[in-house]
Order: sequence, then structure tokens, then C-alpha cells
Amino acid sequence: MNRMQTFLNGLMKENPIFVIMLGMCPTLGVSSNAINGIGMGLATTFVLVMSNLIVSLVAGYIPDKVRIPSYVVIIATFVTVVQLTMQAYLPSLYASLGLFIPLIVVNCIVLGRAEAFACKNGAVLSILDGLGMGFGFTFALTLLGSIREFLGTGKIFGLTLYPENYGSLLFVLAPGAFIALGYLIAIINKIKKA
Amino acid sequence: MAQPESNFKNMFLALFTVTFVAAAILGLVNERTKAAIARADIEQQNLAIAAILPPFTYLGKSYKSLPKDEKDSLQFFPAFGKDSALVGTAVKTYSKKGFSGLVTIMVGFTTEGNISGFRVLEHKETPGLGSRMYNWFSDKNKPKQNVIGTNPDKSNFMVMKDGGSFDAITAATISSRAFLESIRRAYDTWKSEKALNAPTTVKAGPTKKGGTL
Repeated sequence: MNRMQTFLNGLMKENPIFVIMLGMCPTLGVSSNAINGIGMGLATTFVLVMSNLIVSLVAGYIPDKVRIPSYVVIIATFVTVVQLTMQAYLPSLYASLGLFIPLIVVNCIVLGRAEAFACKNGAVLSILDGLGMGFGFTFALTLLGSIREFLGTGKIFGLTLYPENYGSLLFVLAPGAFIALGYLIAIINKIKKA
Repeated sequence: MAQPESNFKNMFLALFTVTFVAAAILGLVNERTKAAIARADIEQQNLAIAAILPPFTYLGKSYKSLPKDEKDSLQFFPAFGKDSALVGTAVKTYSKKGFSGLVTIMVGFTTEGNISGFRVLEHKETPGLGSRMYNWFSDKNKPKQNVIGTNPDKSNFMVMKDGGSFDAITAATISSRAFLESIRRAYDTWKSEKALNAPTTVKAGPTKKGGTL
């Protein structure tokens, strides 16, 4: 069940946001509502899977001392290809996700997994790791986005649950991201220990 | 397989190959998608124009006009009805004073200068705050926010804090200022264009305004 474990790892035990705490910048930045969280999460998942795959294939040919610049170039190239293709053939998807794509290049989860997993493992495991980490990231971002959207504006996924006037704007702004994320991590740690 | 040793030759070769392949792929993809991206952009633009103007039969030739206060020109898209009479003009306008730089807006004016609609084409404002420009300024239930149907000659296109007639987006005053500025710019330029082109208006002043491109 090694493969299954690799996949499940990213979801909870090694969740990139709640446990490894990688890629906090885009997390705090785009999680102001649930839809943004899903969008950023899925776009990252896609890039993560592909970059893990490519890195696992070429890692054996790249000398150790230049591996990081090589991985960065590979990831950035891949992201740009995704961006251009999406812009050309899926303009409506690009209109909603386009904002996040350049952020993925600087997301350290992608480089982190290339460095920590993909360069030491085979293609299949690397893809599974990318999927698991990506879904874990999506889950974390959506959860955080929903909480901030709910507390800040009284909505979840744009559905009004209580009037916006009672919401606390703080949660839509940056400080709210830190507070909500802090409490989330505390709760997750508590659950994991129990 | 054994990892190549980190000597100068190997490192040089590896980096060269990686960057070379990356550059080749990017060049190829860019070449392949350029036309499709341009087409998609125009399509988006036409969709935006159709959505913000009163019903029209065909679009006239677009032209550019320089606003008084800035160096970059605005683009005008006149739309005509069945009898070839002008029904409205869409103006692609901008503001450079957004919270994170440039904001591009497409705004439609009827022949009387009332705003028939608008779309935010491009912006980098904060998600969840400044990015709410469209929903905020087109909310039909909130007359202090809704700009659609108003005329910049009759309402003051500034946020209330600055003495204007519109409520700023909560926690995004800067984005709101930028939005209203871009509409103001579009309207002023539209008005001077109208004075220049239409013989029916009072008098096309002898001074050359703006400078049509």
C-alpha cells in the first residue's frame, strides 16, 4: 500500500499548509473566499503533478550543485506553457484562474516537493505525491477561504448565510488570514494528537 | 542511474540543456498560441461591448483618442442601430491609480452620455476587496453605489469621502477612486470627441482637443 500512502500523506499527515507549512504567501493572499481557494488549489495541483513528473524523470541527469536552478527553470517554463495554453484555448477559465497562475511559480510547495520527493522517487510515485499534496493544498485553501468568507462577509461560495453588515471585515483582510490560519492549525494539531 | 559529478563541464552542460530546451518550448508555444490569444482577447472584448451597450446592429470602426490628463489613449467603439444611427459608444478606459497599478474598464455611454453598463477588463486589485468593483458599482438596490444609468454630468464621480456622490467599496477606497477616475476620464474624453465630431452639437470648437490618433 506504499502508493496509497504516498497519496494520502499530502492530504492530512503531511498537509502542505497545516503541517509542512510551505507556500504560506499565496495561501494567506488568495484565501479571502472559498472560490479563490479552490481555483488556486486546483491550478497548483496541476502544476505540481506535472513538475513532479518531469523532475522525477530528469533528476538523474542533473548534477547536484545545479539542481535547484534547473528545477526552477523547469517549473517556470511549465507554468508559462499552462498559462499561454489556457489563455488561448480556455479564455473563460483563464479569466477566473489567470490571476493565480504567476503565483504558482513562486509557490515553494512546488519546488519543495521537487526537491524533497520527486528527485528521489520514480515517476508514478511522484505523480501520486503531486496529487496528494495538491489536493491537500486545495482542501486547506478552500477550508481557510470558506472560514474567512463566512466570518468576513456572511457568505460561503457566494451564498449569503447572514447579512453582510454583521460580518467582520478583519477576516477578509490580511490579519484575519493569520488569525484564522493560526486557529485552524491549532485545531488540526489537536485532532491529530487525539 | 548514477548522478553526474558536479564538475564544471557537467554543470555547464546540464544548465545549458535545461535552459535551451525551456527557451525552445516557450518560443514554440508562444508562436503557436499568439494568434489564438489575440482572437480570444478580441472575442472577450466584443462580448464585453455587447453586454454594456443598448442593443445594436453593428459596430463601427474603433478609434483612439487621447485624454487630456494622460499620455495613453482610450479606445472608442461606436455602435450603430438598424438605420445606421449611433446608439451608443463603448470606451475602453483605464486608471493607473489602482491599489496595485493599472485598472482597465470598458464602459458604455448612450448618445446622451448616460452610462449603459461597464465591465472590468483587467485589474490586479486585492481579491475580495478591490476586486469587487463590478458587483459593487452595479448593485441595483443601492443607489449610492450603482453607476449604471447615471450621467457623469449630473453625478459627481468621486467617492463620498472626497465629496463625490458614490459610496466607496468597503475597505477598498483606493480601488474605488481608481474606478471612478477611469469612468470620469472616459466620459470627459467621450464628450470632447463628441464635440469634435458631431456637427449637430453646438459648435466644434476651433481648438484641437486631445489629438485623435
